[in-house]
Amino acid sequence: MNEGTTPGGLAHRLLGLNAWLLFLFFYAPIVLLIVFSFNDNNNVGIWTEASFRWYGEMFQDDRVMGALRNSLVVALFATIVSTVLGTMLAIALERYRFRGRGTLDGIAYLPIIIPDVTMAVMLLIFFFQAFGILDDLLGIHLTSGLMTITLAHIAFCISFVAVVVRARLSQLDSSLEEAAADLYANRWQAFRKVTLPLIAPGVAGGALLALTLSLDDVVVTQFVSGAGSTTLPVYVFGLVRRGVTPLINAVSTVMLVASMVLVAISLGFQRGAEARGQRLADPEALLEEFSTD
Amino acid sequence: MAVSEIPPTPPPGSSPLPPPGPPISKPETAAPVTPELEKASRRAEARRGLFIALPSFVYLVLLFVVPLLLVFVYSFATRDATGQTVLEGWNLDSYRRLFSAEVLEIFVRSFLLATVTTAICLALAYPFAFYIATRGPRMRNILLVLVMIPFWSNFLVRTYAWRVILGSEGPLSQISQALGGEPFRLLFTNVAVLIGLVYGFMPFMVLPLYAALERMDWRLVEAARDLYADGWTAFRKVTLPLSMPGVVAGSILVFIPSLGAYVTPALLGGARTVLMGDYIVSQFLAARNWPFGSALSFAVMFVMLVATIFYFRAGAKTL
Amino acid sequence: MRRLSRLIAPLMVLALFVAACGGDEGAEEPDGTSAEGGESPEGATGASCALDEVDGDLNLYNWSEYLDPELVTAFEEQYAVDVVEDFYESNEALLAQMQAGAVYDLIVPSDYMVGIMIQNGLLAPVNDEAVPNLSNLLARFTELPYDPGPEYSAAYQYGTTGLGVNVSVVGEDFPRSWALIFDPELTADFPGGVSVLNDPREAMGAALKYLGYSLNDTDLEHLQEATDTISGNIEHIATFDSDQYDEALVAGEVAVSHGYSGNMIIGIGEAENPDDYEYILPEEGATLWIDNMAVPANAEHPCTAFTFMNYILDAGNGATLTNWNYYGTPNEAAMEGVDQEVLDFYAPTFEAEGLEIIEDTGDYEINFTDYLAQAKG
Repeated sequence: MNEGTTPGGLAHRLLGLNAWLLFLFFYAPIVLLIVFSFNDNNNVGIWTEASFRWYGEMFQDDRVMGALRNSLVVALFATIVSTVLGTMLAIALERYRFRGRGTLDGIAYLPIIIPDVTMAVMLLIFFFQAFGILDDLLGIHLTSGLMTITLAHIAFCISFVAVVVRARLSQLDSSLEEAAADLYANRWQAFRKVTLPLIAPGVAGGALLALTLSLDDVVVTQFVSGAGSTTLPVYVFGLVRRGVTPLINAVSTVMLVASMVLVAISLGFQRGAEARGQRLADPEALLEEFSTD
Repeated sequence: MAVSEIPPTPPPGSSPLPPPGPPISKPETAAPVTPELEKASRRAEARRGLFIALPSFVYLVLLFVVPLLLVFVYSFATRDATGQTVLEGWNLDSYRRLFSAEVLEIFVRSFLLATVTTAICLALAYPFAFYIATRGPRMRNILLVLVMIPFWSNFLVRTYAWRVILGSEGPLSQISQALGGEPFRLLFTNVAVLIGLVYGFMPFMVLPLYAALERMDWRLVEAARDLYADGWTAFRKVTLPLSMPGVVAGSILVFIPSLGAYVTPALLGGARTVLMGDYIVSQFLAARNWPFGSALSFAVMFVMLVATIFYFRAGAKTL
Repeated sequence: MRRLSRLIAPLMVLALFVAACGGDEGAEEPDGTSAEGGESPEGATGASCALDEVDGDLNLYNWSEYLDPELVTAFEEQYAVDVVEDFYESNEALLAQMQAGAVYDLIVPSDYMVGIMIQNGLLAPVNDEAVPNLSNLLARFTELPYDPGPEYSAAYQYGTTGLGVNVSVVGEDFPRSWALIFDPELTADFPGGVSVLNDPREAMGAALKYLGYSLNDTDLEHLQEATDTISGNIEHIATFDSDQYDEALVAGEVAVSHGYSGNMIIGIGEAENPDDYEYILPEEGATLWIDNMAVPANAEHPCTAFTFMNYILDAGNGATLTNWNYYGTPNEAAMEGVDQEVLDFYAPTFEAEGLEIIEDTGDYEINFTDYLAQAKG
């Protein structure tokens, strides 16, 4: 970023201060959460002494590990599918005029507006009816499980991804894309080489949001789950009723560390990609280069 | 709903590029453009748009619109003595109940809380996103990920940690005592609810704002600073309008879940006042009154829809 | 829930899309079930199981932290089946799932919910021949208003809803009454205030008991009085909480906490100073609740379920269960093996007067939710 364009002096320092205070705000409970995962007491709120007891119990607890696995499987599929569908939706709504666009525009935002318990109840009724009809007409016998949870998560994640990507697209200069369309042989190439890198931060933001939503959802998941498909948040929600043990803190800590490792790896990849050439990182420079010919 | 209807206005005289028009058509082609050709190309564009939208469209119709219609049907049904929803004896009772003073009061209260939450989130997240967006590319990515990481732990565990922080034995109270003050407790107060909501929904504000600001053409800001002497005017006239889509998207993403929130108010606020989310949940679960729960949900969605549309209109005007 | 297929014809067309889209994914579901339909209320499930017969893995739907994992492992080894556990945290969520056709082999609904499920044809009758250990149950747990017989259920564990008191701040000679959470003059002196269950039936029920009514009372005027009782002390009710009431008590956030017996005894046991706390049943009477094992009408492996039911009702296993979850055991034969501490804790339950089981009040039920909302203001 060009130094001259950022506000200088006092304003700049205030911005920095605000940012670091907010990080403190974000991480204060996280630090506490991690500290208490080493608490030997059965009760999270009461500190006795430090131990790795809960980490040991966690890896031996089949129910926790099973729930964790279910959560990760659902989150992975839901994030991938909803990111692809949500991005396509955002592009179609933002860049094209077609019949039914207005309707789709409205529908696309409703999943965000709906209270989650309503979403849960309506999907419960829906799967019940749909399975009944399938059973009656085709003799296909389906029950709720990881599949229904994933389908439900995708249904609400699509909209969140679309909103974030669209915020990005709406202020993208479409002339860049037009120029790209002139440069490249086909639209797919133009999309892949120019539009996609330009909207990448929006797509990444949307994917992160989808992942977060999927990993944290309790209400919808609980209503559309079936035998053997308890996810981690649902398991934790049940545990809370009978008292929170530091076991859950240990699980959360492990998930935090795992996600940090994943992120570090992907940041490493990104650096590698940048090193390989400016093409991916800066499509605008690329275009300018071409247009001066 | 009409995000795209906000005219993307580049600041006067500063844009080196022509104003973007939605369809990616190429006006300056070498061949003379006949009306037929133009029409055909527009039709091809429309087909392509529909094609791109189709997968999501089908998905949302199947797994959202159809289920939504089912609940809509339920909102006119009746609750039988065992709490089952009976799909006969259709009536408007559930909708009539919406206008009782009690329900309206709950609604107004939730609406205010959501508004305040959104305002605080926006006030904190805007400079924050601005700060992140003005770092170098690598630092930007790292900071953005640092924002998200806390939210990959478990929601309930995070909220529980807040209970400890805000409780009478928590670090805040201990700091106050160490400084010679009284022990105090924020837990079970409205402030605690606000803190919890702002904390929980902050990423929903930061992400779209960042996405908007990161894309900013800083040459425009520079030009504006040349035009208007002080930075504040430049910000108000250029940066803010350009980032408006992010502001709108972020506000909606925060406002809506705040309006329906019930776990945070219960855990941190002690559920001492009834909010909309709590009320809807209790209709579906405690009272097993699905028709009324469905009607309440529809009312909430309707109001949010109207509010969002107004917000968009207002947003469009400030541009 | 009734099928809508005849009501909304176009829905069927749309549902066919589900077949197209979700068909192959569904085929991967590893449940290898027979083609028999999901829900047939009078399925032949009850009759045909022999003692110790297993007909597949057990899909168990239970409250969380309610079943000792070691009991599960032992059962799996003894009968060479897998036990798949899932968890719910409210009777109503369980009911919604069962009405929507969820397939489980064994569920653990509470008293009033057993009654509702029987009325809706969701439960299969218990096969007495496959569950001879039913005879281990105390007589008082076999004469139940919600399931006379009992025909469809077998008691799992029971408990009461009472008050956890922090004696070190309330003082030794406190009244053993609901006044501890409802009397404004008394509670005004409690540092941190009190905690009340955020459950319409329990909160309104406690207030009704305080006023001398039954907690199943269906007189709106009485309910209004109960509402006024709660709103009259709203200032000193720090929180309405159904989850963390025990932690709030032992962490010193509240002085008196309304909650369920088992959690309270565990919470108090883990406090820094357990002697500072006491769990009491108010003299006006309180809620007695009983959780029950039941086999859903659409269970796929009912014989394994009955075998598991019999396994839990065994004397030794019943004692292990109780020593693990600290709830009361309805199993007379198991009492011998139960820790004295737990026996002492539940002994008053047998003498206490005015204990009542929550019953479903039918159409009146919605009033509890509305009046609690009103009480909070």
